Amino acid sequence: MRTMAMRAGALVAGLPLSQAALADWTVNMTPGVTNVSRDIYSLHMTILWICVVIGVVVFGVMFWSILAHRKSKGYKPANFHEHTWVEILWTIIPFAILVAMAIPATATLLDMYDTTEADYDVRITGYQWKWRYDFEDQDFGYFSNLSTPKDEIYNRLDKNDNYLLEVDNPLVLPVGKKVRFLVTANDVIHSWWVPALGVKKDAIPGFINETWATIEEPGIYRGQCTELCGKDHGFMPVVVKAVPQEEFDAWAQEQIAMAEKERQLTSKDWSMDELMERGEQAYNTNCAACHQADGSGAPPTFPAMKGSAITTGDMQAHLDVVVNGVSGTAMQAFGEQLSEVDLAAIITYERNAWGNDTGDMVTPKEILDYKNAQ
Amino acid sequence: MSAVIDTHDTEHAHHGPAKGIQRWLFATNHKDIGTMYLVFSFTMFLLGGAMAMVIRSELFQPGLQIVEPEFFNQMTTMHGLIMVFGAVMPAFVGLANWMVPLMIGAPDMALPRMNNWSFWILPAAFALLVSTLFMEGGAPNFGWTFYAPLSTTYGPPSTTFFIFAIHMMGISSIMGAINVIATILNLRAPGMTFMKMPLFVWTWLITAFLLIAVMPVLAGVVTMMLMDIHFGTSFFDAGGGGDPVLFQHVFWFFGHPEVYIMILPAFGAVSEIIPAFSRKRLFGYASMVYAVGAIALLSFVVWAHHMFTVGMPVAGQLFFMYCTMLIAVPTGVKVFNWVATMFRGSLSFEAPMLFAVAFVILFTIGGFSGLMLAIAPADFQYHDTYFVVAHFHYVLVPGAIFGIFASAYYWLPKWSGHMYDETLAKTHFWMSFIGMNLAFFPMHFLGLAGMPRRIPDYALQFADFNMISSIGAFLFGATQLLFVYIVIKCVLGGEKAPAKPWDGAEGLEWTVPSPAPFHTFSTPPEVK
Repeated sequence: MRTMAMRAGALVAGLPLSQAALADWTVNMTPGVTNVSRDIYSLHMTILWICVVIGVVVFGVMFWSILAHRKSKGYKPANFHEHTWVEILWTIIPFAILVAMAIPATATLLDMYDTTEADYDVRITGYQWKWRYDFEDQDFGYFSNLSTPKDEIYNRLDKNDNYLLEVDNPLVLPVGKKVRFLVTANDVIHSWWVPALGVKKDAIPGFINETWATIEEPGIYRGQCTELCGKDHGFMPVVVKAVPQEEFDAWAQEQIAMAEKERQLTSKDWSMDELMERGEQAYNTNCAACHQADGSGAPPTFPAMKGSAITTGDMQAHLDVVVNGVSGTAMQAFGEQLSEVDLAAIITYERNAWGNDTGDMVTPKEILDYKNAQ
Repeated sequence: MSAVIDTHDTEHAHHGPAKGIQRWLFATNHKDIGTMYLVFSFTMFLLGGAMAMVIRSELFQPGLQIVEPEFFNQMTTMHGLIMVFGAVMPAFVGLANWMVPLMIGAPDMALPRMNNWSFWILPAAFALLVSTLFMEGGAPNFGWTFYAPLSTTYGPPSTTFFIFAIHMMGISSIMGAINVIATILNLRAPGMTFMKMPLFVWTWLITAFLLIAVMPVLAGVVTMMLMDIHFGTSFFDAGGGGDPVLFQHVFWFFGHPEVYIMILPAFGAVSEIIPAFSRKRLFGYASMVYAVGAIALLSFVVWAHHMFTVGMPVAGQLFFMYCTMLIAVPTGVKVFNWVATMFRGSLSFEAPMLFAVAFVILFTIGGFSGLMLAIAPADFQYHDTYFVVAHFHYVLVPGAIFGIFASAYYWLPKWSGHMYDETLAKTHFWMSFIGMNLAFFPMHFLGLAGMPRRIPDYALQFADFNMISSIGAFLFGATQLLFVYIVIKCVLGGEKAPAKPWDGAEGLEWTVPSPAPFHTFSTPPEVK
């Protein structure tokens, strides 16, 4: 009903509705799929209605004065300018209303802080500009990147329904289990938010914040980073996929097996072509946001990779920059973030793509040796 | 009485203003300095507004069309900094310069040469700040809250200039505040006791104390940043034993009182204007004064409500929630008193009154969303979304900006000696009112539906409300050019204003002729 009214209102106002097919006139918070988010929702509605009632009374008196007590109607002003009892009363009554609001708010807050007895622990780490999820008890973890293509962002392609709210690897969680999130960050402050779960927590470098959720319904829940974290703050979605327990277990087994396979890849003998192929993929996922897919960069903040002194000069220096980052700049240390295979592939790719053609190749084993030597 | 000044001024015409540019460069007259503050702040308002137009243009549709995210972040940062430090604060200092001596029957500000300094630092500071846009690496891009470590470790090279500019603004504000306090405490006319002071003077006295208390805190936090960036300290770097959250605590210890610095003088101005156009004395003068004092004191113990998601202990969370909710009580008292002042008055709706009434209504709506934000568990959903953007624009645009417009129209006849064009002024009001609501009301919906703030591009479900919001913003922005025209037209000519153009107005400023002579009250008026 409300949606229809909003649409009708907008049509009457003659506003452009070019994207009406995808448009959404949601005007309120939604209850969500956890206990906490429903508590928040009911708190929100309670306060909203209290405010509406106070507003109606106050503005009602005011509008009545505006309409009835006009000079143009010859209304003569009254003479009162204070009234102790009235003033005391409208101090005490709001205070009592506030106490009434504070009671349920306190209960909800205490519940939100109770992170004990969790079934799973997931460490969430914010990076510029992606999330990493580590399943603490199961020995695997992965990055979650925005998967919306640049062509959609720059309006060269039509935008899909989940524009900017889609990732390559969502966080998969079991339904009905209490999951404790340990939230931290690698570089700057981010904030992990999924409205449907009622969870928002700042990810702060050097700190580990705790929060939790028990998701009740299977489904896909989307959110975004909510703390300004630099250039791509708007392109850092959170996607949580809640699945039944069996499905989760199967998925977790698969992840554990994949992690093991990835570790074995380090000792494999890699050919130049294999590294280049993997390198292009890994570069586009991890590096292209700043240095661009064509290696042209965005100087002066993000230098070009194409024909630069780093990618065509001394290989050890190149390795050092990628593994350890450059302090005081936006260049992060990727040594901990990426596997040896990906690091080797990216460095090899950067040294040979876009006409850099150095012919240099670095293997995952060499990266491992380099890291161990440090 | 007015007769005292009229003859006096003509006898001493050689005491009049210097000629040419020197009048302004070396100005020590509170009226000249007040005028310069007002002109400067309006220039900054247009500049900050132009940046808001860039932001709203980019957000008109989903996708990146006009600017890159990097520049978008520079625009949001500069928009915030310029509006807070360049537009709102100097505008109120300008009003204080013009009106405080007139309202308390003083000949000038207590420290006129420092007054000259505190003004002329500002154009230098803002020239420096705006010049960062043209520097290599761009302007500051970390939001007006400049949270570390984004601003310290990852900020552009121009961050150092930004820090220096902030220091200069702080020095200017503190000097302005000292001047206001010295003037109010020392130069009141005989018989003007504290509880007889006009409310605008009261609110500015309290604001000045807030400024002196918190501007050094801001200076401290940017100095710590400077040390972190250039001198190898680790105040905000966890890797060196520091704490990024410390930055936020220190910043908001300044930042929360700062929001009251931007609103209290408007409370005062509106408390002058509503009685004038209601032709009835202000209801509950004493409780208004106590309410302002209570709000100012509470503003020091609620800073962490800007940080509910930062991971504070639950006890801290509860303390800051309860204290924040408490602010609703004195704020409510003020609103009730304004309504009671209008109740059974004899109301007329000239432009100052229109802006003042809109102030009360829209500021109250902003207060309601503020109360919602105070509820910590609910804040987890609102925090850093467009709901917050809607909230603080509802407080600051109708609160600070409409308060300034109301004051400007109310006192413009006194300043210029002419009546402004009432029809144009009412047009200015209605277009501002419609534009402002169209721009900011849909932002509540966007926030509740899940749109984070400070993003240059957004998911498709947010498209329609963003478009409406942008249209409203363009309307609001364009309308402000009308104000320039109205003021210029009024200064150049028009119907002569009598000493007291508003029949319900009270106060010493209406006892001097319009325009107010260059020197007033060289013999103090007697207040009974």
